[in-house]
Amino acid sequence: MGELIDLVLLAMLAITAIRIIFLKDLFAVVMLFGIYSFLSALIFINLDAVDVAFTEASVGAGISTVLMLGTLALTNRKEKESSHSSILPLLVVCITGAALIYGTLDMPPFGHPNNPVHEHVAPRYIEESPKEVGLPNMVTSVLASYRGFDTLGETVVVFAAVIGVLSLLGVRRQEENDTPESGFRAHHVLQVVARVVIPLIILFALYVQFHGDFGPGGGFQAGVIAAAAFILYSLVFGLSSAFAVVGPKFLQLLASIGVLLYASVGLFSIYKGGQFLDYNKLAADPIVGQHYGIIIIELGVGITVFAVMLSIFYAFGSQAERSNIR
Amino acid sequence: MFEQHLIALPILLPLIAAPITLILGHSRLSWMFATAISALACYFSWHLLTATLTESVLSYAVGGWSPPWGIELRVDVANAFVLLAVSALSTLVLIYSKDSIEKEIESSKHALYYTAHLLCLAGLSGILLTGDAFNLFVFLEISSLATYTLVSLASDRRCLTAAFRYLIMGTIGATFILIGVGMLYMKTGTLNMLDLAIRIDVYESSRTINTGLAFIMVGVSIKLALFPLHMWLPAAYTHAPSAVTAFLASTATKVAFYVMIRFIFTIFGLNYVFEEMGMDLILMVLAIVAIFKCSYMATVQSNVKTVLAYSSVAQIGYMILGISLVSVTGLMAGLIHIFNHALMKGALFMAVGAVFYRVGSVEISAFKGLGKQMPFTMAAFTIAGLSIIGVPLTVGFISKWYLVTAALEQQHWILAALVLVGSLLAVVYMGRVIEAAYFQKPPASQDSNQVKEAPWLMLLPMWILVLANIYFGIDTSLTTEAASSASEWLFQTSSIAAANSAEVSQ
Amino acid sequence: MNFILDYYNYWIVVFLMMAGFYIVISANNLVKKIVGLNVFQTSVFMLYISMGKVSGGTAPILVDGVTLYSNPLPHVLILTAIVVGVATTSVGLALIVRIKRAYGTVEENEFKNQDDAI
Repeated sequence: MGELIDLVLLAMLAITAIRIIFLKDLFAVVMLFGIYSFLSALIFINLDAVDVAFTEASVGAGISTVLMLGTLALTNRKEKESSHSSILPLLVVCITGAALIYGTLDMPPFGHPNNPVHEHVAPRYIEESPKEVGLPNMVTSVLASYRGFDTLGETVVVFAAVIGVLSLLGVRRQEENDTPESGFRAHHVLQVVARVVIPLIILFALYVQFHGDFGPGGGFQAGVIAAAAFILYSLVFGLSSAFAVVGPKFLQLLASIGVLLYASVGLFSIYKGGQFLDYNKLAADPIVGQHYGIIIIELGVGITVFAVMLSIFYAFGSQAERSNIR
Repeated sequence: MFEQHLIALPILLPLIAAPITLILGHSRLSWMFATAISALACYFSWHLLTATLTESVLSYAVGGWSPPWGIELRVDVANAFVLLAVSALSTLVLIYSKDSIEKEIESSKHALYYTAHLLCLAGLSGILLTGDAFNLFVFLEISSLATYTLVSLASDRRCLTAAFRYLIMGTIGATFILIGVGMLYMKTGTLNMLDLAIRIDVYESSRTINTGLAFIMVGVSIKLALFPLHMWLPAAYTHAPSAVTAFLASTATKVAFYVMIRFIFTIFGLNYVFEEMGMDLILMVLAIVAIFKCSYMATVQSNVKTVLAYSSVAQIGYMILGISLVSVTGLMAGLIHIFNHALMKGALFMAVGAVFYRVGSVEISAFKGLGKQMPFTMAAFTIAGLSIIGVPLTVGFISKWYLVTAALEQQHWILAALVLVGSLLAVVYMGRVIEAAYFQKPPASQDSNQVKEAPWLMLLPMWILVLANIYFGIDTSLTTEAASSASEWLFQTSSIAAANSAEVSQ
Repeated sequence: MNFILDYYNYWIVVFLMMAGFYIVISANNLVKKIVGLNVFQTSVFMLYISMGKVSGGTAPILVDGVTLYSNPLPHVLILTAIVVGVATTSVGLALIVRIKRAYGTVEENEFKNQDDAI
């Protein structure tokens, strides 16, 4: 049954991908990409990767699609006819595809429990991590503790992205744009619903942030969901109102603070006599130390991701308002 | 208290400094802070090099979890040597940046420039010091994103398209590396480099591992700008701000070259890559084409930065030629050229940046008569140019010497001759610029009479590099000792992996 | 038949990867290139997650009474990779907005012609 669902989803993905290749209407292409992302999130769930599905849905289908639509609002909606032939790309793709298929012939069969990936490194994560780290969610244990350095790197990648977007676009000041038409002020239903929904979204974000130890969730997903709440606010009430609530400069500060918070946990471990990011040293009882460490670094991740996603939205959004695109 | 954490410091310092630099926000303050951090990182990497020259391998388990369950930082002479080059160049470029970016980047973005530079340094240091294949991918992306940002900071609009093309090609390269690492992981179940080396030996003749090798090699070649995947480089180097080009040309591709060496020698093992998969022949052919095609392309450009960009791709060809010879001397030639080329190209791009600062253009025609008007800058350019050609008493000669020796050791007479012909082409492309500077009259307009020498803050790092060119060309003890012991160690451990696996599979 | 059951997952994912890769290298419009890049990367993620699946296992969250779990390590790797992917996408899209402002177009053949004319 699982295989049947898998097959159907993969087939839908393949159709979506082919459609994207041939469509010229970029708005439809971006929408199809959103669909592609959601379908892959479903496939991830089917393959038992619930944390990944959550992240793909919020980050891939959520943020990426929003940014692409924002870019489309500032550029063209239709792709023009291409002048160069597609023989060379087709050739390159066929050769690469053939190499990959050749590579799959020797791969361990799909789903078998004795595959090499399930030996050697993984068993410790599955069997020992509830005792060594003390969390039911093994993905969080590996992400935040065993491979915490990778996650620090990931947070810095997010920070690097905001540096890139800020240096390219900046966030333009919003003095002239307090017209009644900005946002959706005229749409009263949206305003009422937004006022109810936004606090719930923020609450949900906090839930995801702190519940990541016990179920799917964690800093990344929480940061994105919290940013989504504020993005909704700025869409309905206007960018200048959003700037008044959470200003761009403040967000830059938050983004830096998140990374520094994460790194300072590691430095504190060194101060206590351990290696960088050794949470066992953070408290007298190693398990308690692990819990402290994980909660604080996830908070750092959540703060940075929230600040970065919202900053990037502000950067794109303020370009649109300046060129009077509604 | 610091000694046991020495390995982590070159990564942690710029990593933590970057957000602080963003908060500082002020141009002058960010410059001083960034330069201080980079100098500190350079100091620590020097200690790391001396430590590895005595102790061979240093290891650091991040998070207190022993590898392969945790991430390991692993240093031997090879990566300590490259790290020294990277952090030293970073510090010198930062000193140079203060004046250089005044004319090339808008002042509101200066703090962002320094933040991005620190992020790039952190990323490159992470790539060099990590012992985990996926961690390498993460730091590769940190440095790549920072690089795309740095390239796009210039005022010329062509930097935007150059940065975009670099982004697309770079991300394809990184994704290929990700696919390759995934295939290795699928077959071995581990991500730690040493662990992979032991386990791959057991599964050697697997098609999946072959494909993994192919994808990793292609992905790294894109980052390395190995012909024919070098298309992103000329535009990116030409249109990026001068300080950025000086930094990237001396560091980014060299770090990718290190990654290739690490994968070939430590993870996959010599026998597998060269004898079974025949990579040495492929690399040799590509290297030779790179050297000739790109040296030729350098001779017909009118923009001096583009000349130097094509020259860089040709120099990478020399490095690849070194490893394709599969000998200790060949690898040593490649490693020593990492260091030497950083010195040469760093100085050259700094000199060109100084010309842009004063004259506003870097076409060859803009160099006319600068020999008299900017004597120090052009002297620096000339000496570094002689180094590229390979004149004795410069580091360029040392690199070419070892390369030719390695070729002759294996009776590749033709290869040795080709290397020398490549030097002749270098004479042509460097000579055109030097001729314009010294033997032609400056254009007879009013502005040209006011061209002065470059500010001392730009001349200082430039001349430190030029003097280093000469110093290390005469007293080669440090560089040859480091490069040869790195080379020997890499060859040695390539067979140890095989010996270890014999124990594992029994 | 068994062989196909064991490998169909990988083959379809390879097809998706190649579709994304084709879009990246052949699209003329820069936004479509970024979409293609994302499709390519998402398909690579599916490859990684496929290798972590254990038939009959469940999500790697400790639950009473369950002994067979899927492998958590690929999940961690892909979580990181997804975030890296969106970071690259956002920088790429910011570049596109600037290119549009500077050149007036985001079709590759059009701004290439503008540059050559300089």
